[in-house]
Amino acid sequence: MADRKIRILLAKPGLDGHDRGARVLARTFRDAGFEVIYTGCHQTPEQIVGAAIQEDVDMVGLSCLSGAHRYLFPEVARQLQAQGAGDITVVGGGIIPEQDMQDLYDAGIKALFTPGATLDSIVDWINENVKPRA
Amino acid sequence: MFTEELLDKSSTMRKKWEDAVKRTVAKHADQKEKWTTVSDLEIKRLYGPEDIKDMDFEKDIGYPGQYPYLRGNQVTGYRGKYWTFRMFSGMGSAEETNQRWQYLLQSGQTGLSTAFDFPTLMGYDTDSPKARGECGKCGVAIDTIEDFFTLIKGIPLGEITTSMTINPPATVLWAMYCAAAEMQGIPLTKIGGTIQNDMLKEFIAQKTLMCPPEPSVKLISDTVEFGTKYVPRWNTISISGYHIREAGSTAVQELAFTLRDGMEYVEDVLERKGLHVDQFAPRLSFFFNAHIDFFEEIAKLRAARRIWAKAMRERYGSQDERSWWMRFHTQTAGCSLTAQQPYNNVIRTATEALAAVLGGTQSLHTNSLDEVLCLPSDHAVQIALRTQQIIAEETGVVNTIDPLAGSYFVEALTNKMEEQAWEYIHKIDDMGGMVKAIEKGFPQMEISDAAYKFQRQIDSGEKIMIGINKYVTEEDVEIPFLEIDDTVEKEQIERLNAVRRKRDSRKVRECLDDIRNACKKGENVMPYCIEAVKNYCSVQEICDVYREVYGEYRDPGMY
Repeated sequence: MADRKIRILLAKPGLDGHDRGARVLARTFRDAGFEVIYTGCHQTPEQIVGAAIQEDVDMVGLSCLSGAHRYLFPEVARQLQAQGAGDITVVGGGIIPEQDMQDLYDAGIKALFTPGATLDSIVDWINENVKPRA
Repeated sequence: MFTEELLDKSSTMRKKWEDAVKRTVAKHADQKEKWTTVSDLEIKRLYGPEDIKDMDFEKDIGYPGQYPYLRGNQVTGYRGKYWTFRMFSGMGSAEETNQRWQYLLQSGQTGLSTAFDFPTLMGYDTDSPKARGECGKCGVAIDTIEDFFTLIKGIPLGEITTSMTINPPATVLWAMYCAAAEMQGIPLTKIGGTIQNDMLKEFIAQKTLMCPPEPSVKLISDTVEFGTKYVPRWNTISISGYHIREAGSTAVQELAFTLRDGMEYVEDVLERKGLHVDQFAPRLSFFFNAHIDFFEEIAKLRAARRIWAKAMRERYGSQDERSWWMRFHTQTAGCSLTAQQPYNNVIRTATEALAAVLGGTQSLHTNSLDEVLCLPSDHAVQIALRTQQIIAEETGVVNTIDPLAGSYFVEALTNKMEEQAWEYIHKIDDMGGMVKAIEKGFPQMEISDAAYKFQRQIDSGEKIMIGINKYVTEEDVEIPFLEIDDTVEKEQIERLNAVRRKRDSRKVRECLDDIRNACKKGENVMPYCIEAVKNYCSVQEICDVYREVYGEYRDPGMY
């Protein structure tokens, strides 16, 4: 029996409105055969976590270019864990300085995709590292 | 444009050249088949007289300071006055930002430009739960006029012009500027500057969102009316294409959507405020991107001047030439820069700045080499500013006006871009205007398509970015990294609380009520905003009133 498709919630946490990357990824994921839900901009961690659980996704992708990732990414990971959804893979992208990355990994972010990452490499990573939770 | 004799002669010589090309290509094929701009406009191997033969010298090219202003608005060009060296700047607290501004002024910049942080941009106070982690990270944190006083400390408001990149809360920040000037004894008739205040492009591209399109446009018309009556040296809208381009649009889309946005504002003011077009149009200004394809950008800016002049005179019946001038600020393209091999960005910014100058910009911001990663360091921002100064003082391009006029290629490309832009403009007209087009998702989806296509072209190597998909190096280049500390947020909240403790809460409530009533009655909000900020109403308090009366707009998440 075939695995169900990987379900991804792509979200823009915080106040950052730079959504070019997230929207390009949304299309990429759709074309790659994933099921994509894109939240649009200005989502709070609560809204993202709520949507992730409600939509029963396998992965949450967070995009932030405003510099607020240090608070927002770990907060999403923390809330997912607190709600018993810690098995949802959380990845991030945007403008994430090298020196911030380890703290994000420690907080449960599994991968960070930064400027220069190709679309195929991101899709490959998902296929290799994310399995449907159902 | 040319005699039959010349065209015949050219035709013969061209045929000879084409035959030689065929023979050469048979032995040495071109490096690639298609040669396009970064926006995928196909460019020919060669341009000649036949490409512009149908142009009318008087109607299409003309002279500087003469309709349709292809060659520029100003008769003396840059000899009279260079473009303003106006570096977009803001970081952390108002105190820190004031210091950077003093540094930039001492380094020779000639105009100010304010970058606010996200809470301010979105109309939230620093202690809002929505603002957590964002304070000061991408610009200056302003919660009340107290912060604003610190920001402008030592800045002669009557002598220098200031641009503020602010959209939904533009009325509030402009009110702070006006109030601060008045409190310093400087009359509103003496202050000059710009507020970006262009909500249509927010829905299309930049996404600092608050209220739905219709009330957003109403607030903009309020500022235009107020400026027309009381602040004559102020540009109340900076109709922007920069962000549309950064979101991934093509150059033609940037051109078309920007100018069509401008037309939407003109039509709203005419309808809503009953002003004559020439009362306010001279104070409309524009803001374009200077992207990496050199000639495409020059042609785009020249086409923009011609399109706007025609629209103002023919579409809106304007009779004042100051309304026909398209005056613009330019910023070099952030999205063209790379995090990899960041020093390469200095070259990119330099060529982009040069294109903006050859396109005749009135004002220019040049990006710093480190801005892909962080706010610019002192050193990086100095290089960016020097870039403009070197262009102005060393390269000689300012010696003569619109040096590329008459170039077969540049004129042909300018014509083509104008033609394609009008197609988009008319298409949007047919949809019922820009607000309707936005509701349908038209410009947003055009941008999504272009952005996606471009990314695929980069990933496939069809388009090259040095350091990304060609001449890639493994080593990481270490550059100094400007960090905004998390203590900035803590201290800003303390400052905000101190203001709340000392202000007259009753007066605050009254002022907010006045704004609320003005909104409900359709009155101009500006006088009430100025009164409110003088009484230490915060950015969020005023914006919450807008949200309450007009509703909140949610990004629909189209892709």
